[in-house]
Amino acid sequence: MVTDDKNDHCILKVSNLTVEISNQPIINNLNFEIKRGVTLAIVGPNGAGKTTLFRALLNLVPYSGKVEWNGKTKIGYVPQVLSVRDIPISVREFLSLKNESESDIKAVLASVGLDSEEVIDKSLATLSGGQMRRLLIAWAIVDKPDVLLFDEPTSGVDLDSEEAIYGMLRKLTAKNKITLLLISHDLHIVREYSDYALALNKCLIFFGESKKVMNPATQKLIYGEPICKEYGEIHDRSINI
Amino acid sequence: MIEALIFSLIVGATVGLSAGYLGSIMVLEKMALVGDALSHVALPGLALGILLNFNPLVGAFMFLFVSAVLIWHLSRVTKLSFETLVGAAFTLALAIGILIFPDDLHALEEALFGDITSVGLIEAIAAVVISIVVISLTRVIYRKIVLGLVSEELAVSKGINIARTNLLYLLLVSLTVAIGIQITGTLLVGFLVVTPAAAARIISANLSRYCKLSAIFGAISAISGILLSSYFNILPGPLVVIAGIAIFVAVMIIRWRTKFTS
Repeated sequence: MVTDDKNDHCILKVSNLTVEISNQPIINNLNFEIKRGVTLAIVGPNGAGKTTLFRALLNLVPYSGKVEWNGKTKIGYVPQVLSVRDIPISVREFLSLKNESESDIKAVLASVGLDSEEVIDKSLATLSGGQMRRLLIAWAIVDKPDVLLFDEPTSGVDLDSEEAIYGMLRKLTAKNKITLLLISHDLHIVREYSDYALALNKCLIFFGESKKVMNPATQKLIYGEPICKEYGEIHDRSINI
Repeated sequence: MIEALIFSLIVGATVGLSAGYLGSIMVLEKMALVGDALSHVALPGLALGILLNFNPLVGAFMFLFVSAVLIWHLSRVTKLSFETLVGAAFTLALAIGILIFPDDLHALEEALFGDITSVGLIEAIAAVVISIVVISLTRVIYRKIVLGLVSEELAVSKGINIARTNLLYLLLVSLTVAIGIQITGTLLVGFLVVTPAAAARIISANLSRYCKLSAIFGAISAISGILLSSYFNILPGPLVVIAGIAIFVAVMIIRWRTKFTS
């Protein structure tokens, strides 16, 4: 899965990726390539294969085709659902599951706008929705990944907090030179906060610069019926970034 | 008699500690009933030990060990939940145990509800050694299991083999249950895995406090039950359960009072 890459700028290359679960095609012949440091948004309707794509990139599901990460890439992943509410676990204990350094934990809490003195010994069950999302971002970056796969970073957060969280994510990824792959349903957010967008609906619908490709016309394309079979040759194309 | 009491207290304290500590994971995994049901699988092993004249606790452990591996394997192959498989295994084991158990009412009573008078030096040493091993290994896998509970994907992406960790955990539960049977009997030993953790969960905001309190409550339940059993000269198992429930109720009252007064 991991290769030494000849091109230092390329961090991920996906070739002919196909994923089937229980003989049902979830992703069909996907090709794309991304460079280090970019933010790529993955959009598509429910069941389009977005989360499955992340799972394939992490080698968590069987697939055919190739997923090639640059040799020294450290990947961080934040899934859509974390079952932390039922576990009596403090913020410190939660973050130390990934990085035991006290100074790293305090620094990362400060970087996501949480007062470490105030929250570090709090139980996760007592955090507000906004604090929880910030904590998840802290969790994602506490072990200093090169790439971050983030499945719906702001689900369950109000609109104002959503913009604040994306703004913060942008600063953090720029500062730490993190390549960010995120799944989002909010096309406005995708346009504003990602460099590139990949639209998925079983197969690749389009892939390009977010500001160019995200418009009302393409929205219909994204959320329409899967078009892999009818227009596979036309739409199933890869644009390298 | 005093010697047997001292040995029983040693076994009770060590088994209570390790069962409480292990049980804190089981309650987090919402598998409390699995721990309880798994303990009943020991009965046919006890019966075989008595029938074939070898240490019944060895028989109990062998049955628990084989059942744990079998259940672990079947859950991977069939994708059925642990609860379902343990549910089937424990009723089957109870049925076999009752069918093959020797016609000895006292031995059956001892197997089901424990007996502190039969605990000797060897059992006490074995309990201490096994508890140290169980607690040490549980400490190693605790973080892995918690990470798996938070997110299975995350655990796998960090290279944790969840299936292997679960197998080791089941084996540790089997070991603890096997030595705990002496004190509480096979019917009630599951209590030590479940109730101390439940009481600790109510008053814990972090993992460190939770697992320590669970272990301490387990030890206090076992020690109190044994002392009461010795004083009233009745079977220890039910008294361990009553002592543990008293702790649970006390914790509930403390929490309720704290909530009410704050």
